[in-house]
Amino acid sequence: MSIMTLERPRAHEDAEAKTIEYSQPSESLKIFGFWLFLATDMLLFACLFATYVLLHTHTAGGPTARTLFDVPGFEAETFILLTSSFTGGIATYEMQHQRSKSVAVWLFITILLGLAFIGLEVQEFIHDVHIGATMSTSAFLSAFFTLVGTHGCHVSLGIVWMAAILIQVLRWGITPQTARKVFNVGLYWHFLDVVWVFIFTVVYLTGMVM
Amino acid sequence: MQAHMEMGKPVQAGKPQHGIGQYVLGYVLSVVLTLAALWAVFAHGLHGGPLVLILLALAVLQIGVQLFLFMHITKGDGPPVHSLAIAMAFFFTVVFVAGSLWAMSFHYMVA
Repeated sequence: MSIMTLERPRAHEDAEAKTIEYSQPSESLKIFGFWLFLATDMLLFACLFATYVLLHTHTAGGPTARTLFDVPGFEAETFILLTSSFTGGIATYEMQHQRSKSVAVWLFITILLGLAFIGLEVQEFIHDVHIGATMSTSAFLSAFFTLVGTHGCHVSLGIVWMAAILIQVLRWGITPQTARKVFNVGLYWHFLDVVWVFIFTVVYLTGMVM
Repeated sequence: MQAHMEMGKPVQAGKPQHGIGQYVLGYVLSVVLTLAALWAVFAHGLHGGPLVLILLALAVLQIGVQLFLFMHITKGDGPPVHSLAIAMAFFFTVVFVAGSLWAMSFHYMVA
């Protein structure tokens, strides 16, 4: 297989060729399958959001959203996750240019930001429990911990998954297989940011004003 | 796996049609939209329903940024069939949330 450099006469041919993660039908199919997974995962979150919006006023004498939420805390979580979505996107972009070292660096930065996000969230949950706001305090808190905790579990899983792919990229470089894996974990990470935007808006910001 | 033997050599494949600028633009837009949402909440200019509507509108824009500038949802191998699945998931999300709120608003029947 020849190296693609000067052998291609026209630039627009390059633009029309498939990027590496789609270069084999089997990998292409796995990316399609992953999109379908994201659609079903969104339905899981849809159910949790529906539960939350119905129950968020049922505080049973316990803390309300306004008294419980720590503004600097959730602001920091939001900007950290937003930045990690950006760095994850850069990793995907570098993968499409087949620069494996750069992919590894950007995946590593994304993992660190993910860990920072989870660290803040765990701190927030521990604080809540210490002041008596546990999952069994009220329907509001049951729905809150289930929704935000499910998202946190997804991020934690994403960190482990991304670390596994980082190791593969370091060992094998960018092949059609590792390229597809980098692409899918990138989609997953952006998707988690999409869900967080809704949590930030519906849970935290709305909780501050209602 | 044969792929292991090709380590180091670039595989012959195309380049993405978008540049890195899309990611930078997406990041700037999401930061601006997030700051706008925070400002709307803490500036205390708006209250209740209108404020929540503004926040939801900002969230929808922000999700558009993620879907189009980061995930490139319309791009893929061939026609973007996968975006139909995602569109349907968004539709179901709205139905689940709005439908639950609507059904549970009949207090005398569901309490």
